[in-house]
Amino acid sequence: EWPNSQEGHEGNSESMPASQKGLTPKGTKCDVGPKKKAGARAVKRANKKTTKHTVLHRAKAIVNGQIVKKVHAPSVPAGRSASFKRGGSWAVKAKNGGKWPTHAKKAVEKKETKAPRYYPAEDIPKPFDRRKNVNKSAKLRSSITPGTVLILLTGRFMGKRVVFLKQLESGLLLVTGPFKVNGVPLRRINQAYVIATSTKVPVDGVNVSKFDDAYFAKIKAKKTKTADGFFATEEKKEPLSDARKADQKAVDSVLIAAIKKTEFLLPYLRSHFTLTNSDKPHELKF
Amino acid sequence: PVPHWHQGQHLPGPVSWLKMPAYEDRRFVEIGRVCLVNFGANAGKLVVIINVIDNKRVLIDGPSTVNGIPRQVMPLKRLSLTGIKVNICPGARITTLAKAYAAAEVPKKWAESSWAKGIAKRAAKAQLSDFDRFKVMVARKTRARVINSIVKKSLKKK
Repeated sequence: EWPNSQEGHEGNSESMPASQKGLTPKGTKCDVGPKKKAGARAVKRANKKTTKHTVLHRAKAIVNGQIVKKVHAPSVPAGRSASFKRGGSWAVKAKNGGKWPTHAKKAVEKKETKAPRYYPAEDIPKPFDRRKNVNKSAKLRSSITPGTVLILLTGRFMGKRVVFLKQLESGLLLVTGPFKVNGVPLRRINQAYVIATSTKVPVDGVNVSKFDDAYFAKIKAKKTKTADGFFATEEKKEPLSDARKADQKAVDSVLIAAIKKTEFLLPYLRSHFTLTNSDKPHELKF
Repeated sequence: PVPHWHQGQHLPGPVSWLKMPAYEDRRFVEIGRVCLVNFGANAGKLVVIINVIDNKRVLIDGPSTVNGIPRQVMPLKRLSLTGIKVNICPGARITTLAKAYAAAEVPKKWAESSWAKGIAKRAAKAQLSDFDRFKVMVARKTRARVINSIVKKSLKKK
């Protein structure tokens, strides 16, 4: 049988109302003078049933020094009215004309939602929001600057060493062989398929402002409807325009003059890059 | 033929007699032996053996004033013995050690050794850029062409 703490003990703390239980100097309620107003607290206190034995207990506690009257400094007046004055809330109220200041409530617009006239029989799944910055062009590697010699790793000109001119808006790199040196024309290349070497060619005199992605756009051939339309016909390759050739020459002439100033650089650009037996690509320095 | 100073000894594993050093060129783990650290944070640096602890470990010192490697215990597995020796007593302290190290001219002797030259050569080769490697290739080819033409000429004469 569990011991019932409420049984029998006189003056047991468990049977006391909570307000009178465990009173320490810290938690003591001031024994104030005659009540001026019957505030809520006073009413509550009045309504509390104080039995004979609780009064007795309280008296004992006072005598035993367990309940100590909170004593203020003599200069500081005690009492509820004094404490009220000490707190600043009456001043705030007075400033606002007797009432506590309130902010105007934010007007919450109630959206009039009408039921739509039509909605599908089944819920259409809404696709998730895609990444927002999808169209940012590729960040150019710090090792690639105008004039850097690049090694092409894929495509028709795999292994060739070319000169980097500028990065276009799409993120692709504009490079040239130069054409006379290794057969690579003005071409666009993806940065990912390129090794940047530490060799740089001075490209101060080269004007590449006219080249952009539109310059390299494929010309769409007109589709002719013929009876042989289904069969694969020989695609007519348009001969290279003179304008393109002139552009190539304009860029290359300046470049080749700059290349010739460094010994061995021209034959270097002529050569191919290959891996031989002892080469460890992750340890090679370019 | 087994050298007389190895006769009757149990050797650890197979030994190539052709690679055996001459008697006077043998390198011992001894006090004062300069070693190359071949593993760890201090790899590639020279240290001096101050004392031998057991058959696996030695006490080494940079010297700390020269190398920055403080006096410490190091397993022999991390050390490669060089042919250079410093004249010190066991447990020599830093000032004596530094003096003996300078007297033995260790850095100079090390730099002159073919071992150090080989290390430097390989390090330089690893730093070559793609363009440098191309130039080296061209240089080797030109050299080979010159040599071969002379060889051919001399063969033709015969």
